[in-house]
Amino acid sequence: MFTARTGRALALHAVLLPLALIWLFPLWTMFVFATLPDDGIFGAGIELLPSTAFADNFANLQHDTDFIRAMSISIGVASVYTLISVALTSMAGWALARYRFVGRTAVIGIIFGTITLPYFVVVIPQFIMVARDFNMANSWFALIVPPLFNSLGVLFMRQSFTMLPEEVFDAARVEGIGEWRTFFHIALPMTRPTLAALSIILFLHSWNNYLWPLLVNSRPEMMTAPVALGSLIGLTKVSWGGIMVGAVVLTAPMLVLFVALQRHFIAGISAGAVK
Amino acid sequence: MSAIELKTVRKSFGVVDVINGVDLAIESGEFCVFVGPSGCGKSTLLRMIAGLEDVTGGDVFIEGRRVNAIEPGDRELAMVFQSYALYPHMTVERNMGFGLAMNGMAKADVEKRVAEAAAALQLQPLLKRKPSQLSGGQRQRVAIGRAIVRHPKAFLFDEPLSNLDAELRVQMRVEITKLHRQLGATMIYVTHDQVEAMTMADRIVVLRRGVIEQQGRPIDLYRDPDNAFVAGFIGSPKMNFFKGTMRPDGTIGLAETAFAPALSSRPGSDQQVTVGLRPEHFEIGAEAGVALTMEIDLIENLGGNSIWHGRLSSGEKLLVERRGYHDQGLGSSVPISFRPDDALIFGHDGRRLR
Ligand SMILES: Nc1ncnc2c1ncn2[C@@H]1O[C@H](COP(=O)(O)OP(=O)(O)O)[C@@H](O)[C@H]1O
Ligand SMILES: [Mg+2]
Repeated sequence: MFTARTGRALALHAVLLPLALIWLFPLWTMFVFATLPDDGIFGAGIELLPSTAFADNFANLQHDTDFIRAMSISIGVASVYTLISVALTSMAGWALARYRFVGRTAVIGIIFGTITLPYFVVVIPQFIMVARDFNMANSWFALIVPPLFNSLGVLFMRQSFTMLPEEVFDAARVEGIGEWRTFFHIALPMTRPTLAALSIILFLHSWNNYLWPLLVNSRPEMMTAPVALGSLIGLTKVSWGGIMVGAVVLTAPMLVLFVALQRHFIAGISAGAVK
Repeated sequence: MSAIELKTVRKSFGVVDVINGVDLAIESGEFCVFVGPSGCGKSTLLRMIAGLEDVTGGDVFIEGRRVNAIEPGDRELAMVFQSYALYPHMTVERNMGFGLAMNGMAKADVEKRVAEAAAALQLQPLLKRKPSQLSGGQRQRVAIGRAIVRHPKAFLFDEPLSNLDAELRVQMRVEITKLHRQLGATMIYVTHDQVEAMTMADRIVVLRRGVIEQQGRPIDLYRDPDNAFVAGFIGSPKMNFFKGTMRPDGTIGLAETAFAPALSSRPGSDQQVTVGLRPEHFEIGAEAGVALTMEIDLIENLGGNSIWHGRLSSGEKLLVERRGYHDQGLGSSVPISFRPDDALIFGHDGRRLR
């Protein structure tokens, strides 16, 4: 039956579909290019269908830079980063949501203020501090710890803790459940959707981070995948097919993750919006 | 020794004084109800007993021990909230046992206590469910179960039935009363609903603006209120209040009539007083003694009884409650009467004259 509702849905999708195609087109060409031999990429027409050179391109990539190692490092760094950052931001968010202390408003204000600073304003002083003052360039510590500073995550968690019903924590206090246990066993599980969304955002943040690992690390054996890919562009003979394979391999897990967790992700993001 | 004792307890939030000096002793095993209009400080008082709010002044004692500086968890009390306050990610079983487990009780003992509480509240079939899979009444039973397993020195309830629908409220009211008898435990119960207070309490404490207006057995507050506020708050339908004037001969002028009140001391003549009469104290006809005329505006028939809304000849509104079904013509006038002994007399400040 054709109702007003299906009519609206059709009209909506007539707008959404071209938009979606505009977003998807670069992803598709990236995938297509990854399967073309190098001469195909620079051929006269634009190829729209995949070819068969994926394995060759990957071999080229692995030959130019140890991409598998770079991927492993990226995965490791992003995982450790996400774990530590979720732990820190949720604890800070909890403290700012639950405890009244002198200067709390000021602290929240300062954290909020740092959001308005562009990353590029922060990254150079941070680099000078880490590399020159602490003399810690080319270390795992330098690669992982400085970017942990993440005010958005703190405010995100604070917001979601603020929205939890007060009386649940009163009940826990009357039951004599300590503050740490209340945090771990009650507050954290109650914000699970937000935690999931935050984890994805933080993981992506680290996974996509190009500037910081490029600046702070010059040792090839500690290169993350985006840096490894970037380093190929300066070579005398650039394997564009290989770079495209690298790009596909870098993007694919994120796409899969996002599609699989889309529902939780959106629930977590909009948790602040609908009460 | 009282189970719980408050001595000149005060509480301010910033410059706002919420509790203004409360003295109260609650005996072991007593069911004590704090009742009063919304915002009068009932919850604040209860939360100070629980330790969830610091006291601004005065002392709180639990079984003789001063607990002002004792953490809520160390007061050995249990509290049930209006919003149930269950841990949403835990099963019913876990909700009830979690606090005990966190305090280091052995697993077998926790299970035993949870099983006992579940049996007492008929929760066994629900043990594996999450709170989101329960109805409001079931959730509140779980919250009560979580209180029972603690074997607390006293139970604190903060409007536990206010989120339930009317029928369930009546049922839970009975259940909690039975539970009190069964456990013999000290319970403090906060409500704004005077019906809950009347039906459940051993003792009612009526609060207004952070002070105790009166406390005592429900029937004593009903029959013998100290002031117009308590008289008006306790009882449903509400007590009627009329303007009265003291006359030189000791009688009180009320609408078109006058009557001799049951007062031991006589207030000065020409003084304005308030005459309180409960809706069930009126008779139709003149038999009860003091006769008045009522003009009927509306009759609400509940089947078993009926509530008559009307006006006296002075224009003052009144309610009369009668047994049975009545359909007197609206706008008609009927003779009514009351016994002088039933009339409660209040001074201009609302205090009862006796
Ligand atoms: N945390 C608080 N901060 C400021 N005022 C409060 C706070 N808690 C309660 N109040 C005020 O104290 C008064 C009594 O509140 P409450 O004890 O909750 O009343 P009740 O439970 O009798 O309805 C109210 O006027 C309320 O606004
Ligand atoms: Mg309240």
